[in-house]
Amino acid sequence: MVEAAIIVPAILNGLTTGAVYALVAVGLTLIYGVLHIINFAHGALLMVALYGVYFLHALGGVDPYLALPIMIPAMFALGYGLQRFVIGRASHGKDENVMLVTLGLAIVIENLALYLWSSDTRTIDTPYGFSTVDFGVALIAVPKLIAFAGALLLTLALWALMRWTDLGKAIRAVAKERRGAALVGIDIEHLYAMSFGIGIACLGAAACLLLPSYYASPHIGSAFVLIAFTIVVLGGMGSFVGALVGGLIIGVTESVGGLFLGDSLGQLGVFLIFIAVLLFRPTGLFGQKA
Amino acid sequence: MMLSVRGVAKKFGGLQAVADVSFAIGVGEIVALIGPNGAGKTTMFSLIAGFIAPDSGTIEFDGADITALAPHRIAARGLVRTFQTAQPFARLTVARNIAVGAHLHLVSRAAALRHAAEIAERVGLGKLLDQPASELTVAGRKRLELARALATRPRLLLLDEVMAGLNPAEIDAIVPVIFAIRDSGVTLLLTEHVMRAVMRLSDRALVLNEGRLIAAGTPQQVAADPAVIEAYLGRGAARQPDAALTDG
Amino acid sequence: MKSGAAILIVLAALLPVPWLVHSDFWLNFAVLALYYGFLGQSWNILGGFGGQFSFGHAAFFGTGAYAAAVLQLRFGVNPWLALVLAGVAGAAMGAIVGALSFRYGLRGSYFALVTLAFAEVLRILADSLGFTGAGVGLQIPLHQSAANFQFATKTGFYFTILGLTALGLGVVWAIEHSRFGARLAAVRDSEEAAQALGVDVFRTKLIAITLSAALMALGGTFYLQYFLFIDPDIAFGPQVSIAALLAPIVGGLGTLFGPLLGAVALQLLNEISESAIGSAPGLNLVLYGVILILIIAFLPEGIFGLARLRTRLRGVMRRPA
Repeated sequence: MVEAAIIVPAILNGLTTGAVYALVAVGLTLIYGVLHIINFAHGALLMVALYGVYFLHALGGVDPYLALPIMIPAMFALGYGLQRFVIGRASHGKDENVMLVTLGLAIVIENLALYLWSSDTRTIDTPYGFSTVDFGVALIAVPKLIAFAGALLLTLALWALMRWTDLGKAIRAVAKERRGAALVGIDIEHLYAMSFGIGIACLGAAACLLLPSYYASPHIGSAFVLIAFTIVVLGGMGSFVGALVGGLIIGVTESVGGLFLGDSLGQLGVFLIFIAVLLFRPTGLFGQKA
Repeated sequence: MMLSVRGVAKKFGGLQAVADVSFAIGVGEIVALIGPNGAGKTTMFSLIAGFIAPDSGTIEFDGADITALAPHRIAARGLVRTFQTAQPFARLTVARNIAVGAHLHLVSRAAALRHAAEIAERVGLGKLLDQPASELTVAGRKRLELARALATRPRLLLLDEVMAGLNPAEIDAIVPVIFAIRDSGVTLLLTEHVMRAVMRLSDRALVLNEGRLIAAGTPQQVAADPAVIEAYLGRGAARQPDAALTDG
Repeated sequence: MKSGAAILIVLAALLPVPWLVHSDFWLNFAVLALYYGFLGQSWNILGGFGGQFSFGHAAFFGTGAYAAAVLQLRFGVNPWLALVLAGVAGAAMGAIVGALSFRYGLRGSYFALVTLAFAEVLRILADSLGFTGAGVGLQIPLHQSAANFQFATKTGFYFTILGLTALGLGVVWAIEHSRFGARLAAVRDSEEAAQALGVDVFRTKLIAITLSAALMALGGTFYLQYFLFIDPDIAFGPQVSIAALLAPIVGGLGTLFGPLLGAVALQLLNEISESAIGSAPGLNLVLYGVILILIIAFLPEGIFGLARLRTRLRGVMRRPA
């Protein structure tokens, strides 16, 4: 019998990680929902964001959470530029081409990072890095709690943006009916780039929340890509709620799996879920039938 | 009976696309399945050819129940369909496109390509054998759809709007080709919007409207049927003095 | 020129290379170029000819490599026999992945994703299980002899990979001239139309992935014998998966010589960049990523596509307006 004292902290930690995963996945699901592309470069871009937060701290002394207003616009600009000037142009709109172009981007970004910053893992120390909060059943690290709250708030903010702003409505219009949107004067290329930019901006935010309890290294991109896809597919492509719920489920699965099977095998559960969902219910929990 | 459709129905979400349709087609007939847009003609084809499974009813081909069979097995038995929006194998030449159909019964590449050349000649694509299929005109693509299906040596051919997108001259050119196909021993079921083609080609016409069969008979009978006229032109149209179905 | 004759000419031209090339460096270059060409040819069967893009072909590479390693180390099987058995293991893995993926109709990006997932699952397993050496990997003890698939000079390896290249070319030639190949191309271009013409789409794709995986596993075994070491990252990691798809895309998808041409071009580029910028970790892969993007953007049919473009342009000029 497993004691509550062991499993509850695992679940709670899983939830905090899961919330950040959700923020990463929300960006990916937005990109898929609007542009219908599977962004294989998503993990690599998260990695870039993590390095961004790291260097802001290491060179500029900027606290990761205070870096949010810097990272979010910076990553947005990067995303906008990539879609407008690279992905959109190179792929000529064909699905199989987009796959390869984003894969190519992932390769370039990951190895550029390897070349520039070597494969050493980078971590940062924050004054509250080791503080914990006592929940009775478990002690949860402060950075993780902030990450949890921050991720939920940002996901909510994004949802509000999509729901109530003109930009959000325009994006949803383009997602639903590209030609119709063009006919009413919406600049499709610009909106595609905006959507991609917002999706990548989420990574900027996620990186700020993640780095205090994690690390930066060139190869984590690959690890995150699959986890992000698992969440998006589990939750349903294009669904925000799905990304959130999926993120939490995967976070907990990874945490509890790691508890029972060790860190490396623990991840197995995640990928087996992924394969199972792709095979048996590709529309996911909240996705729409094709 | 070459084809026997009994009580076939199909619902998509809230829409009853096909409701309790029954008809039979005899060997050697050319039968036209007509009806206004959205009547369920292409759905009917997809049901017969096995691309969609019916909710109820049975489909028998040459005495055997094919209702639950996969499309490629149905095709292997001699029931082959073409597509309304032509789907050429874009990266292959015309010859190799047709050869895929020929390969249903021929194993050797050389034999398949020879057969493909013969079929292409019959259909009027003889000069375009080495042309990439993606570069064909609309008329060319329609002929390619026809040729590919023919190459499989079908016994029953379902032609889905094979005239769509053709100008009158092109239509006139393809009509004798279709008669020749029938004369070579193939039964034909076609859906068509082009009325003059339907009149000239078909022995019988079946009219679908909103998923139901509302009329059956010779093309002339069906064209003058008030129910059919109303289905196409709207309520009250049948009471117009010169009401009849023509291409207008 | 008939492609069969072309294959013989190319192989004949490649045969005397060890005697024409006087440095170990260039012989190694030749071995690696043919090796990547072979991996690319394997991927090409499923990706170029079959139109199913796998991003996790390392799953089959690693299966072959580990199968061969374990057979040699734990069961004392002769490495040449292990090569054949590794091919069988690869084929089996291909059949499993294919049966699952295609049975449930996975295509396009979803198929690419699931292959990524399979490769990652295998990597995790190899990393955790004892009999694969866990994270440490497996090392083949040095025992050079031709019978032991370990050659004292690179010449032996060169002829082995040349043999595999011939095998790859032969398999693709056979596909191109068979009913299976015609059906595979049909499935690639339009699954629905193929079905309507009696093609069993599932079975066609399954055969393609099984063949592709078997060859890939042979490539993995060659790697093992050439470098005498394998670990989870090398065997199942993204580097192999990327290398496998890059060569055919650069050279020309779905062509007989595309992967070979692409591999040679990429190796050359690699050498040039190393001598120009120096070899730093990651740099050559950056170059590969950039090339991938540039090829997709400007030359999606690869280098061979250039030739086809020229003939088509000439044809357009001659046709009446």
